[in-house]
Amino acid sequence: MENTIQQSGLLIVAYIVASVLFIMSLGGLSNPETSRRGNWFGITGMAIAIVATFFHPQVSSCGYGPIIAMVAIGGAIGSVVAAKIAMTAMPQLVAGFHSFVGLAAVLVGVNSYMAGAGMTGAARAIHETEVFLGVFIGAVTFAGSVVAFGKLQALIRSKPLLLPGRHLLNIAMVLATVYCGYLFFGVENLLAQGIPALVVMALIACVLGVHLVMSIGGADMPVVVSMLNSYSGWAAAATGFLLENDLLIITGALVGSSGAILSYIMCKAMNRSLVNVIFGGFGADEGKAAAPGSEAAGEVVATTVEEVACMLQDAKNVIVIPGYGMAVARAQHPIKEISDKLRASGVNVRFAIHPVAGRLPGHMNVLLAEASVPYDIVLEMDEINKDFPGTDVALVIGANDIVNPGALEDPSSPIYGMPVLETWKARTTVVLKRSMAAGYAGVENPLFYKENTRMLFGDAKKSVDAILARLQ
Amino acid sequence: MKIGVPAEISEGESRVAIAPETVAELKKLGVEFLVEAGAGAAANMSDEDFKKAGAELTSDVKAIWAGTDLVLKVRPPAMNKKLGAHEADLLKEGGAVVSFIYPARNKELLEKLAARKATVLAMDMIPRISRAQKMDALSSMANIAGYRAVVEAANLFGRFFTGQITAAGRVPPARVMVIGAGVAGLAAIGAAKGLGAVVRAFDTRPEVKDQVKSMGAEFLEVDMKEDGTGTGGYAKVMSPEFIKAEMALFKKQAAEVDIIITTALVPGAKAPILITKEHVEAMKPGSIIVDMAAEQGGNCELTKPGTVTDVSGVKIIGYTELASRLPNQASKLYGTNLAHLLKQMEIQKGLNINLEDEVVRGALVAHQGNITWPPPKPKTDPSAVAKAQACPPRPAASAEKPKEKPACARNAVFGLAAAAALLAVGLYAPPAFMAHFTVFVLAIFVGYMVVWNVTPALHTPLMSVTNAISGIIVIGAILQISGPGWTSWAATAAVLLASINIFGGFLVTRRMLKMFRK
Repeated sequence: MENTIQQSGLLIVAYIVASVLFIMSLGGLSNPETSRRGNWFGITGMAIAIVATFFHPQVSSCGYGPIIAMVAIGGAIGSVVAAKIAMTAMPQLVAGFHSFVGLAAVLVGVNSYMAGAGMTGAARAIHETEVFLGVFIGAVTFAGSVVAFGKLQALIRSKPLLLPGRHLLNIAMVLATVYCGYLFFGVENLLAQGIPALVVMALIACVLGVHLVMSIGGADMPVVVSMLNSYSGWAAAATGFLLENDLLIITGALVGSSGAILSYIMCKAMNRSLVNVIFGGFGADEGKAAAPGSEAAGEVVATTVEEVACMLQDAKNVIVIPGYGMAVARAQHPIKEISDKLRASGVNVRFAIHPVAGRLPGHMNVLLAEASVPYDIVLEMDEINKDFPGTDVALVIGANDIVNPGALEDPSSPIYGMPVLETWKARTTVVLKRSMAAGYAGVENPLFYKENTRMLFGDAKKSVDAILARLQ
Repeated sequence: MKIGVPAEISEGESRVAIAPETVAELKKLGVEFLVEAGAGAAANMSDEDFKKAGAELTSDVKAIWAGTDLVLKVRPPAMNKKLGAHEADLLKEGGAVVSFIYPARNKELLEKLAARKATVLAMDMIPRISRAQKMDALSSMANIAGYRAVVEAANLFGRFFTGQITAAGRVPPARVMVIGAGVAGLAAIGAAKGLGAVVRAFDTRPEVKDQVKSMGAEFLEVDMKEDGTGTGGYAKVMSPEFIKAEMALFKKQAAEVDIIITTALVPGAKAPILITKEHVEAMKPGSIIVDMAAEQGGNCELTKPGTVTDVSGVKIIGYTELASRLPNQASKLYGTNLAHLLKQMEIQKGLNINLEDEVVRGALVAHQGNITWPPPKPKTDPSAVAKAQACPPRPAASAEKPKEKPACARNAVFGLAAAAALLAVGLYAPPAFMAHFTVFVLAIFVGYMVVWNVTPALHTPLMSVTNAISGIIVIGAILQISGPGWTSWAATAAVLLASINIFGGFLVTRRMLKMFRK
């Protein structure tokens, strides 16, 4: 085995240290207090790994120039993007970054296929399987992430694309990749026979990635993003097997399981299975089919900025429920100021975060943190749901499906069984909303028709600014 | 339209049916008032005040009863000992009265009034629907009585309500149990809580649990499921088993608490006995029982209506006019309730009885010589509707069950497949691969353990930091950069991409984490 890395003891030690630092970096995130230190662990680990690899005997001196240049350029691009990006654009940034990992995995995979020339027997079979899987996962991650980025950036419409027979299409593409694999394994001439099969497979995998993400609706984006996160980890792990590099395997496995757990948490928060999210095409056909059964009866009561301001001033307990609408309107800063004003006059203001609020796991937390809302008044759904009965005003800002009572009360609702924030148990619920349109799940929301619900129509930012002006 | 307001004649009754403010308000509609001189004296409302509000005053009680179109009272018409005549007989033939009547208990009075061809509206029969809340005198009086019950208890109770730690020793807080969490019960909870007592409450209707908790009291429950929700906001009579469990609970509580306030009423019947002699004996000396149902027989076996009884150190307060002990407040609220009813009836146009009006029809107990009580059943019982809504959809539970089996089977299939895959790997893979495979599987488990500990608030930073460290793929690319031909170019591109990831990921994570502050 020519390409077996002659790992010196020092290199192995460096990799072990880097692995431990990565694990500690994730461990630090268990608490906001320790998280900053955790990030430094991650950075240190990465620096150690790169420097150690740089001095690896396999890297010849003619490679030093390109490496330093590329790290410098890539580092500069990454730094600028990270400094400039708005917190509301975090979902698309994360999705975009995933695509880079995917593409890098494809490139490294193809390269290492070429480097594996001359292997025989079981070693070769395993090597080729690793190459094939690495490139496949990398390509799906790359293309899927690009589409996710486009959807989140609103370059592609967020409605699910539902081609007729889309399941058959997926199966056909998987079969085609298997056929490519058949052509790929054990060929005589790597460049003339192996590479074309590998590239065709990568292209099919790209189409598969595009199609998978295209058919997923906007409401399921948190799941998709965390799933792609997971894929990017598995791609790195596959590359690790390929290069027989334990650091890559460990890191890939950490990232892969992290993304998988996040996807699982998100799915559970929506009471759906992963399979259902990936292949469901939810939010288009099912939602409409159920709509006639769940037509909400009653009247919508609109309210005014003055009334809401008065209600907030007279309240003892206020819970704010932010949703994607707040992110879109960029209303987190005035909301923070409102909460400061109210808290200064003795009102108990807290924020309730649904696990799938926004387009990214923890999206709302980040936005509220950006506006300097103290994290100890930002609570999770399970912590705060029991407090709604004693609450005077529940202020729903740009959220819809996550406060839909139909999820608990109406078995015909497509989101039936999904845990939701029970705002209607508060004395008054005020909903800030642009119009009566349905949420991303395309489901009617009976909350708007409840007796103790008041609707404040208009752009969330404008409404919130007006309320703030009233309070001053 | 002339309205007469005589002074109340029952002993201990300090209220008056109208307050000067209400007189002034109704006068604007063009209604004349004839008020008995001194009627408001006990409620701190002077004749002067009534005059200023535009009422005419007189000492001639007979003129008030006989010379006006409508007489307003608090208590039901009764024997006027001073004049030696029953108030119903003083009323002019075909006259009208609005007051508390309690028709279920006062059938004789009702017949007497009907014989005078009187039109009688009973304030206690106003239906308890949301539209009629502003006329609901029972609720406004119950609210006052609940507060007063606590004040009376505090008056006779030899200790503080609130717990204190002083230089002279520790003072335990008073423990109060309120039975029946209706308006009076909730008001009592609020008052007792406000004085600093530890309050617990019991009610047979499970839906009041949240209301009790919202007032800051503990909700006591018997270990038995039975819904005591009856009609019109009252509780129904419970099954014998339930009552037995309830009694056991009360006995236990009686030994623990210092003050018991009972408010259990059953409409049109004698109040249920909830506190027996045995319970009273279980209480500590110095304890207080306030029996707010005293007027209807009492919830305590030993209650003597109208007075305080001392049973071996336990004082049982049986006052029947608790609301009247706050006469000024009670008169104002009662007057306002009356005014709302009169406005609803458009009294300025004369006494029109609209039988289509659900509120008026409910309160009307006698009309032009006919007894019109009890009123026909209302079309919809609000509490029944509420109950139907509160019922959780049951089928959900049964629909879930059959699902379990396929899931179980699926799990088994997955388990077998995983086992088979592991077996195949073990049989055919070379040892070098196995070493990496071990690392891989262990790393997945480490990741699993670590990531479950991440707080949900930091899920976005988790994604960006995992994103950054998945840029570790850069080391693969670095190792290939010295490869032959185009592979070196591909590796260079991969280094660039991964670098963007590493720097961007870590920096954006740092930026986000900086924002999380307490």
